[in-house]
Amino acid sequence: MRIRIDHTSHYRYDPPVRRVVQSHRLIPAECANQRVEQWQVTVPGGTAGGAFTDGAGDQVQGWTIAGPVSEVVVRVQGVVETTDCAGVLRGHRERVPPVAWLGATPATAVDAALADLARSVAAPDGLALAHALCNAVGAAIAYRPGVTHAHTTAAEALALGEGVCQDHTHALIACAHLREMPARYVSGYMQATEDGSPHEAAHAWAEIWVEGLGWVGFDASNSCCPDERYVRLGCGVDARDAAPIRGVALGQTVESLDVSVAVEAAQQ
Amino acid sequence: MQAFFDEMKSGGAVRAPYAQLQDWLAAMPAELRNLKQAEAEALFRRIGITFAVYGEGGDPDRLIPFDMFPRVFTALEWHRLERGIRQRARALNAFLADVYDRGEIVRAGIVPGRLVYLNEAYEKAMAGIRPPRGVFSHIVGIDLVRTGADEFFVLEDNCRTPSGVSYMLENREIMMRMFPDLFRGNRIEPVDGYPEALRRTLASVAPPKCDREPTIAILTPGHFNSAYYEHSFLADLMGVELVEGQDLFVEGDRVWMRTTEGPQPVDVIYRRIDDAFIDPLCFRPDSMLGIAGLMDVYRSGGVTICSAPGAGVADDKAVYTFVPEMVRFYLGEEPILPNVPTWQCAKSEDLKYVLSHLPDLVVKEVHGSGGYGMLVGPKATSEQVEAFRARLVERPENYIAQPTLALSTVPSFVEEGVAPRHVDLRPYCLVGERIELVPGGLTRVALREGSLVVNSSQGGGVKDTWVLAQ
Repeated sequence: MRIRIDHTSHYRYDPPVRRVVQSHRLIPAECANQRVEQWQVTVPGGTAGGAFTDGAGDQVQGWTIAGPVSEVVVRVQGVVETTDCAGVLRGHRERVPPVAWLGATPATAVDAALADLARSVAAPDGLALAHALCNAVGAAIAYRPGVTHAHTTAAEALALGEGVCQDHTHALIACAHLREMPARYVSGYMQATEDGSPHEAAHAWAEIWVEGLGWVGFDASNSCCPDERYVRLGCGVDARDAAPIRGVALGQTVESLDVSVAVEAAQQ
Repeated sequence: MQAFFDEMKSGGAVRAPYAQLQDWLAAMPAELRNLKQAEAEALFRRIGITFAVYGEGGDPDRLIPFDMFPRVFTALEWHRLERGIRQRARALNAFLADVYDRGEIVRAGIVPGRLVYLNEAYEKAMAGIRPPRGVFSHIVGIDLVRTGADEFFVLEDNCRTPSGVSYMLENREIMMRMFPDLFRGNRIEPVDGYPEALRRTLASVAPPKCDREPTIAILTPGHFNSAYYEHSFLADLMGVELVEGQDLFVEGDRVWMRTTEGPQPVDVIYRRIDDAFIDPLCFRPDSMLGIAGLMDVYRSGGVTICSAPGAGVADDKAVYTFVPEMVRFYLGEEPILPNVPTWQCAKSEDLKYVLSHLPDLVVKEVHGSGGYGMLVGPKATSEQVEAFRARLVERPENYIAQPTLALSTVPSFVEEGVAPRHVDLRPYCLVGERIELVPGGLTRVALREGSLVVNSSQGGGVKDTWVLAQ
């Protein structure tokens, strides 16, 4: 499937700041699941910094914007050819071993309720267990935008019983860790579902390490594994670590952000 | 009563390297000694060197006692130590380069993956990154203890930013100023080449994007830091800039320093700030000490950070037990300097042994430093032993245990006159294009009678350390 993406992040700073430094994970890695046909990231007024591929196989690019800065517009446009690999991440080169993805962060820390949820399922093997955990998390946290925020932890989202893809993903990572399965946070895009059910075009899901298969994606928000509708940008231990755009604004200010994402099937 | 090896007098006879000091001592009446001691303290105060050695806490403005009685090694003794230290520094760097690359030592089943990759000091951000010349730890401080004429053990490794080298330099400076005759009579290897060797080491790991004589800067947390004196002292002696985070910024693919002549690119940063604080974009977002974007510039080859973030995974106390294996695995050599035998309380068999021998052992926290959170079995009361037992049972994985070592003693000036006091040694090994080591290091001395804890926070002092020329 060919997917066209147009993603704009518009940051505003009031009052203007001295300098903005960003670190982007905005370039899809080439692997069996996806091939980049066209890709372009623009930051008007910005200076591109060093680029490199990190240990998790993601392309990282630094940007600096010299002040005074009152706004930064990051625009990502591209076309990706995707292939359905039944959720398995194939041909992705990385250095970090699976065991390194067993550690928790404040966002993915396990509390008693998460532990109960993780232990509530039984399965004959790792793959079945990961599916069962994915379904259990989706059932325990209803999809509802607006009730959680960027810093909500997995434990808090489960207590609320509601959340968005970020909360589902944090909770699924926590549950997988409790069952001794390496797990991580993936950020990317998802093409809109046909029937108009709720979705977020800028999306997030979890990858769980399944012995014998490798990294397998699990989308608890949609109770499925990533297929050809998904474009993977990068991964990390939690949402902050995997953020497609991380930034620091130097100076006292109030930052606001507007994001628009269009993800659609491209013409052949 | 345990017998200790005294480095000056073994079996009643004065050992050869100390012969001249014996005469020096005999020729110094108590009044002169007290006068000299007061003079030495006044000199240290005037210099302002009052900081605690890395991570030891305590009162930052307290003067660390300087003991005028030097500690002496023969050329032969030092030769063996030097070979052992170089070997260990090579193995530790090979380990770091490996675990941030393919992790062969873990794949080979020699070091457990969890111990490395779930270690607090492991930095995932460094995976797949090869720093210039493959060096992660550029200044390796290896703490050594001695138990006999030819018996030395490595107590711990310091791969991040070992401090205290300014004491090594100042101790020598002050001894030479106060007792010039001693240095005329003995052929003592100089240590004053250290700053230039450090500068050379740092320059040799300039990043790929540097195409001229590299600009080096020491990054300090600021003058409130207890080791600020050492930061400014080294910057001064090397002739490099001393900077704080706010003096540097990232623009494009380089790091720049604000100067009166406009921004200048910086190539090598010798940072004396912990990993967590060097870049708010990559690590702790609340850090006010670091430089936003530094890690992206570093990882794309625009600047070199010394030591590399994540180097601490090699000096963890539980990883320490595997260093002899690292020497065999990476270098194909037998370790020249042995480890102290160590029981890992995380292992149930080891824990069982430790619990039944607590009064004889030294028990340490895996991540602890500075002599806190530590049990010295033979010196502890039975209540202290029992209290520690409870902590051990509760969190065994947090502790390691070692036999109480019969640390060697060196004569030291104490109130009653001259008496043997226990010592250790921290040499500073520089790793860059070459491995360099100035002869000697920092000798720390436990000035309390019978004490085996040399940390300054626990009543420790320092001595000038001599290596005699051949």
